[in-house]
Amino acid sequence: MIPANFNYHKATSLKEAIALSSELGEEAKYMSGGHSLLPMMKLRFATPEHIIDISKIEGLSYIKEDGDMLKIGALTTQTEMEHNTLLKEKYPMMGDAIWLTADPSVRNVGTIGGNIAHGDAANDQPALMLAMRATVVAEGADGTKSIPIDEFFHGFYMTALEPSDILTEIQIPKAKKNSGGAYHKVERKVGDYATAGVAVHVELDDNGICQQVGIGLTNVSAVPMRLERGEEVLRGQKITDELIEQVGQIASEDCEPESDLRGSEAYKRSIVNTITKRMLNKALERARQ
Amino acid sequence: MGKHNITMTINGESVSAEVDSRLLLVHFIRENLDLTGTHIGCDTSNCGACTIMLDGKSVKSCTYLAVRADGAEITTIEGVAAEGTNSHLQQAFHDQHGLHCGFCTPGMIIRSMDLLKNNPNPTEEEIRWGISGNLCRCTGYNNIVKSVQQAATEMAKEKEASV
Ligand SMILES: Cc1cc2nc3c(=O)[nH]c(=O)nc-3n(C[C@H](O)[C@H](O)[C@H](O)COP(=O)(O)OP(=O)(O)OC[C@H]3O[C@@H](n4cnc5c(N)ncnc54)[C@H](O)[C@@H]3O)c2cc1C
Ligand code: FES
Ligand code: FES
Repeated sequence: MIPANFNYHKATSLKEAIALSSELGEEAKYMSGGHSLLPMMKLRFATPEHIIDISKIEGLSYIKEDGDMLKIGALTTQTEMEHNTLLKEKYPMMGDAIWLTADPSVRNVGTIGGNIAHGDAANDQPALMLAMRATVVAEGADGTKSIPIDEFFHGFYMTALEPSDILTEIQIPKAKKNSGGAYHKVERKVGDYATAGVAVHVELDDNGICQQVGIGLTNVSAVPMRLERGEEVLRGQKITDELIEQVGQIASEDCEPESDLRGSEAYKRSIVNTITKRMLNKALERARQ
Repeated sequence: MGKHNITMTINGESVSAEVDSRLLLVHFIRENLDLTGTHIGCDTSNCGACTIMLDGKSVKSCTYLAVRADGAEITTIEGVAAEGTNSHLQQAFHDQHGLHCGFCTPGMIIRSMDLLKNNPNPTEEEIRWGISGNLCRCTGYNNIVKSVQQAATEMAKEKEASV
């Protein structure tokens, strides 16, 4: 399979990429790892006239804590995240997810920026970003903008990014004392997209009361989904087994899965219930460590 | 449409060519360079038969544009050992019967090189996860795992002998 004809352009700076994109218009697409975009082009689901390669732009690959934020450069590959000590020690939810994302050769190329900018509820990072209340930083023809994750995903493959916008950085509130997160997805086989996945992040106070909680769901809705009703039940409470049971139930009710080759709607609702409960327990365990 | 002059190092030799924007790296390697050890199994980034080493990392060359490899250093199965010799991994696949038809083997070996570089002493589970993007329709994987284990042991011995 060969993609339809297009014109390739390599950008070596953000400025150059944005200028190219502005000049070429809506028929131009940025490419980072190309491991979501190129498969779609080979299947002719996507037929952009121009590809602007942004993977060679320097200075967009980093993972660091800065002030009260964890900052991850958009071109950081999933392999770089997998081997990063800071993420391993303080943000174990990332490791949970990346281990289950695609396979090592795909992770060598696929970037966190591309995973989020693709706007696909089947990708794993969107649920994590919702759970951890990330902010997306982008640079485009009209300057730099910061987009809260709740305003980022607009629809099936649609995001708040304008055609010339380049996602440059992900910002995540730094891990606090007594906080923890966990992610799991059920997959048909290793490396498959999720049949369903759940990301949970909890923050407790010294008395074990839940101060903040984030729950993001993978591949059970057209748009990456936050489990708002479940979060409300837990916020301000001491999280008990009864509340966890209740939130699992809410998750199975509020998710919007469709029957497909990965499973029936009922099956997916049932596993969302189970994974939500398990991830709440795992996140709590990590928060209490 | 777009034509580009690219230059890369493949198996130690510098190669230059003019390519179309849409030419896939695997086709460049197989058809332009006649290096047919790199296989195409699925053509959809699932099977790993097309895995090559690109700047020290295993990459599925069916999902990479040739033009993006401009300036890169690439190793294919033809370049993993000097002509007439076997790398530790090649020898181990031979000794442990890590292949039947051999279709997946070039990709398995390149992927395992990357795995052992990052994790010289992997557990069985780490090996199985490490080759999870490479499918084998023949062996049932057990002998592939044994091959990677043998290669890891041999590489460790060699390293010890050299210090
Ligand atoms: C076999 C296979 C299995 C996979 N399994 C999984 C899985 O289980 N879970 C999962 O989450 N993912 C999976 N993926 C996807 C993989 O993780 C992708 O690499 C990743 O989602 C996209 O990153 P990329 O850098 O390759 O993006 P690209 O393919 O380069 O881009 C994707 C989209 O985002 C846009 N884009 C990219 N970067 C930017 C940027 N910085 N700013 C603005 N727009 C940008 C592009 O224009 C394009 O529309 C799989 C891929 C393959 C091939
Ligand atoms: S041919 Fe490239 S992964 Fe199967
Ligand atoms: S040996 Fe035949 S596919 Fe692996």
